[in-house]
Amino acid sequence: MTKVSEAPKARLERPVHPAPKEGRRRPFIVEFYGSAVAKKWLMAVTGIMLMGFVFAHMVGNLKLYFGEKSLNQYAEWLKEIGEPILPRTGLLWILRFALLGAVVIHIVSAAQLTRMNRRARPDRYKAPRDYAAATFASRTMRWTGVIVALFVIYHLMDLTWGVGGAEWTSGEVYQNIINSFERWPIAIVYIVANLALGVHLYHGGWSMFQSLGWNNGKFNDWRRMFAIGFATIVVVGNVSMPLMVVTGVVN
Amino acid sequence: MKVTLTVWRQPGPSATGRFETYEVDEVSEDMSFLELFDVLNDRLIGKGEEPVAFDHDCREGICGSCSMMINGRPHGPELGTATCQLHMRKFQDGAKITVEPWRAASFPIVRDLVVDRSAFDRIVESGGYITAPTGSAPDGNLILIPKAVADSAMDAAQCIGCGACVAACPNGAANLFTAAKIMHLNLLPQGQPERWERVTNMVQTMERYFGSCTNHGECQTACPKEISIDFIALMNRDYIKAQFKQRRLASQRG
Ligand code: HEM
Ligand code: SF4
Ligand code: FES
Repeated sequence: MTKVSEAPKARLERPVHPAPKEGRRRPFIVEFYGSAVAKKWLMAVTGIMLMGFVFAHMVGNLKLYFGEKSLNQYAEWLKEIGEPILPRTGLLWILRFALLGAVVIHIVSAAQLTRMNRRARPDRYKAPRDYAAATFASRTMRWTGVIVALFVIYHLMDLTWGVGGAEWTSGEVYQNIINSFERWPIAIVYIVANLALGVHLYHGGWSMFQSLGWNNGKFNDWRRMFAIGFATIVVVGNVSMPLMVVTGVVN
Repeated sequence: MKVTLTVWRQPGPSATGRFETYEVDEVSEDMSFLELFDVLNDRLIGKGEEPVAFDHDCREGICGSCSMMINGRPHGPELGTATCQLHMRKFQDGAKITVEPWRAASFPIVRDLVVDRSAFDRIVESGGYITAPTGSAPDGNLILIPKAVADSAMDAAQCIGCGACVAACPNGAANLFTAAKIMHLNLLPQGQPERWERVTNMVQTMERYFGSCTNHGECQTACPKEISIDFIALMNRDYIKAQFKQRRLASQRG
């Protein structure tokens, strides 16, 4: 049984997305953000920023395998970059704010577009759909995204603020990581979250090319390969660390 | 052959709908899927029951009227085939086939399998044309068009406006239809003067009625004309460019 739907004419006079009021000029940014195509473009741009961060973050952290001194020195260097033109931790804070901005734009756009899509198909199909092209990854973007967001909050509590339950000392990056990852449940949380990130990037790393309009017969086949390659590198690098610590290979 | 049809019946736009099951026997495998419905309707009328309302016109894959969700896929399981071109030989004898209408907020159901697709007309009205002096036909080859461009524009121009892309899209987005209608003009020299206005107006009209693309790719698989999602990327690119374009310089190349 379906809900009683409206008469066609009434339905079309009340579209999914109301038009802006006539005659009111809105600032460019507001006008631009009002469009779903532009929101997807912003999601791709902020997605690339986040991918850049995820990649650099992983490469930096792999110093875990080069020993305590190497990793702690790298962590110290992060606070110094940009000196002397910027104060100590200056560039770090600029990057942090840029990332925070990117995360907010990415998530708010995702939430608004999701609502728009729900309104565009209020009555679902009553018989089962037979999907021909949509993948597990493309259909779970919202959920893998939410898992990653929740994980990032926990990860900051755990290793940046030191309130994740493990013994934590400011500046002792190597030891903090060992203390945290030695706990089996926590290692599993890190591994699952990074697998979710990998699934998100399997679709996102391809989808962003379409959203940005980067389509060219000469490299179209490479877009999927890029997404698979990028997601694989990030997952292998990030999952290896909790795995190596919890199994005692690194301690 | 014999098939079991489960069909969505809804007497009117605001009425409650439900599935009805019909056994249809003595079906020829050379029949089209629409002819199967003709046979069913004849028998229903013979029994004094209401025939199933469905849209159809050309029955040769060019008008875009036919629109049935067949076993969970728009226009059924065959690629590059509209419902009217789908033959019964593609189904097994004794097959169970479920048919429902397109479902999208802006494709309201009129009756049974008929939906109102006039939201597509709103999109085309907002820019799917060129302004050209009418009168006698211009000489051939006056405007030179590279072969690759002409081919690509013709690929997009194949869209018959059936709405299968919207029906297939988990988001109820109309990006494939809109991209096809924009790009067959935006690719050609004749479409250039209105290129940036066209993409802005048509995308914004589309967004009033339909959902937002997340690049699942269901639409191009469902499309009876096999229109590629490459056109969606090109539309996105033109849309973003148009927003940043200085209108006074808009006639410059690039
Ligand atoms: C490290 C974190 C993240 C990275 C690197 C990332 C990366 C990306 C990329 C590259 C895209 C493709 C952009 C496009 O084509 O529009 C994307 C799309 C998306 N992201 Fe993220 N993202 C991250 C976190 C999140 C979070 C926290 C959420 C949400 C709660 C989220 C939700 C989405 C959604 C819904 C899409 C839509 C994609 C689509 O279906 O095309 N993402 N992401
Ligand atoms: S793009 Fe294809 S599926 Fe969509 S309306 Fe046009 S012909 Fe139909
Ligand atoms: S009836 Fe014209 S396309 Fe099917």
